[in-house]
Amino acid sequence: MKISAFHLMPHRELPADFEKKYESVWVTPPWWEVADPARVGQYYNWTLDELIHAARMGFDGVCTNEHHQNAYGFMPSPNLMGSVLARATNGSNVAVVQMGATLPTSNPPIRVAEEYAMLDCISGGRLVAGLPLGSPMDVNLCYGITPMEHRERYREAFALTLKAWQAKEMFAWNGHYYQLPTVNLWPRPIQQPHPPVWVPGSGSISTFDFAVDNEACYCFLSYSGARSAKTMMDGYWNVVEKKGRQANPYRAGFLQLVAVGENDADAEAKYARHVEYFYHKCLHVPAPYFAPPGNQDYRSLVATLNNPVRRAENPKDLRYRDFVDKGYVIAGNAATVRDRLMEEVVKGLHVGNLMVLLQIGSMPHELAMENIERFGRDVLPSLRRVWDDEGWVNHWWPEKLRGAAPVRTPAGVAAGGA
Amino acid sequence: MREQTIAVWQDKVRMRVLSDGSGPPLVFFHGSWGLTWDPFLAELAKSFTVYAPEHPGTTPEAPDDIYHLDGLWDLVLCYDELFGKLGLDRPALVGHSFGAMVACEVAAAYPARVGRLALIAPFGFWRDSEPIVNFMVLDPGQMRARVFRDPDGAAAKQLLGGGGDNPQDGAAARVRLMWAMGTTGKFIWPIPDKGLKKRIHRVQAPTLLIWGKEDRLLPPVYADEFTKRIAGARLQTISDAGHCPQLEQPDAVVRALRGFLTS
Repeated sequence: MKISAFHLMPHRELPADFEKKYESVWVTPPWWEVADPARVGQYYNWTLDELIHAARMGFDGVCTNEHHQNAYGFMPSPNLMGSVLARATNGSNVAVVQMGATLPTSNPPIRVAEEYAMLDCISGGRLVAGLPLGSPMDVNLCYGITPMEHRERYREAFALTLKAWQAKEMFAWNGHYYQLPTVNLWPRPIQQPHPPVWVPGSGSISTFDFAVDNEACYCFLSYSGARSAKTMMDGYWNVVEKKGRQANPYRAGFLQLVAVGENDADAEAKYARHVEYFYHKCLHVPAPYFAPPGNQDYRSLVATLNNPVRRAENPKDLRYRDFVDKGYVIAGNAATVRDRLMEEVVKGLHVGNLMVLLQIGSMPHELAMENIERFGRDVLPSLRRVWDDEGWVNHWWPEKLRGAAPVRTPAGVAAGGA
Repeated sequence: MREQTIAVWQDKVRMRVLSDGSGPPLVFFHGSWGLTWDPFLAELAKSFTVYAPEHPGTTPEAPDDIYHLDGLWDLVLCYDELFGKLGLDRPALVGHSFGAMVACEVAAAYPARVGRLALIAPFGFWRDSEPIVNFMVLDPGQMRARVFRDPDGAAAKQLLGGGGDNPQDGAAARVRLMWAMGTTGKFIWPIPDKGLKKRIHRVQAPTLLIWGKEDRLLPPVYADEFTKRIAGARLQTISDAGHCPQLEQPDAVVRALRGFLTS
């Protein structure tokens, strides 16, 4: 089992009436009214400190991700954050999990291949290369990519990236969307033939196929917990089986929100308002933004519109206890958190690469550090050995770190220096 | 009403063409919400032989044909091939919204192929002072309010749905609408200015602009961009109509078109 700390880098201090006053947290939130660059600088530094703390607490990996024009999570360049993390965790067994730089919005997309190769070199071969399609908000609405071209561009860029890392000869790429006369990547990654590739998704069937066909780890980045993901992940495992692959749990990743306290009451007292802030404000996005016409191919569109799985709940109608009851957030004391993670997520969805979101919404730095500390100290050790008895190899983890468990290092010990 | 499906673009793009009537040929280019043989077209068919092709990808059974076209140049060439296969000789082109932009592009690319040009609220230009809302990511209620003068009127419901139909019909209509916006959006995302300003001077056909006075999607001031660039072009505004005057005020639009096309 590999367990990584995920971070969105949200705006932590949105006004109380944000979701009433503004139409969206994404694409159109007014910077000048709700943000302050000096304060935002503090958020970035807290984010880095929190992830570095996770690395020191024995997490297997630290994850950053790319989003644009929003207050929900704004690391427009995850690789800037990743490079700080790579440097700060040198000498440890922690993977730098980029979840990651978005190919269709990087032009030319070999920029991602180059930066990931840099991260792999800087980290001494500890990179996990997430290659996301990118959300419609980021790619279509903020970066102007035509929805109908979004997936085609992604697939071409994905193939180009993999070839650019591995080709022994220079090559010309005469693609549909990208033409590069001489591809000759400098640098190349340390990991051979290339860093492990993760493909994040949100349940689209065509992404299941794509992930399996390309031998990538499929990661379901969910905010609604394992129960509502069950059907989707079962669908993924069906595809894995149909395509003749083994049900190696490391083929799957899953993101879970987690809040650890002394007990249920302590968790509620500490975390309730931050969880509600996350679901009420950070996910405040008009529904049509998620599905610009043309983004879904015709067959998926027909399937989606003809078989609406029961109308999704509006998280704005739910409160903290609902989120916990439904498993959107797993919260409570360490034993509860461990048991629910094990039953609902790890075993329930057959997941080997678990990601946990521990800084949630408005959660202040000190509390985020506490949540990370509690999870790393009281929960993580009891999950680490899951799957070991089945003998699976995590092909989707940096080879040099597969057998190694990161060790906790006391705070204050300077990291750095490979 | 007749229908035929014509394959162009090395037979990779199949376009169904609805047609009816007799008289001089008229090609109608539909907008982003798909083609329906509506009372407006039926009325035009009393004076013209109306050909209404479906934008590539919106023809039933051929949704993926759209992936064979990359940009406006490809699309305009498809229409050139289509006109050839239909044997059309200098037809009048009438277009609405996105379709009007395409009609104008065809008239600019092939000035000698086009008899007359009538553009109903055409896309094609952008003014920073009059930004055009991205209607493709509005919810259905907001879209009706943007596109129609009367969002609750029959015309709005006919084009954009919103009646309490049975769910299966509703889903089919929704698929049709979303795919029509997706396949047309391929040529106007994210800003509907794709260089017409560089080409529009080539239009030679006598041109009429028609605009709903209460167009809340594409403000009528955009007519200036066309009238100032096409010699002799004239603007006719339509009262009590939004972005789809031919649906909200079909009689007035047909009258304007008959007057212009038969003069």
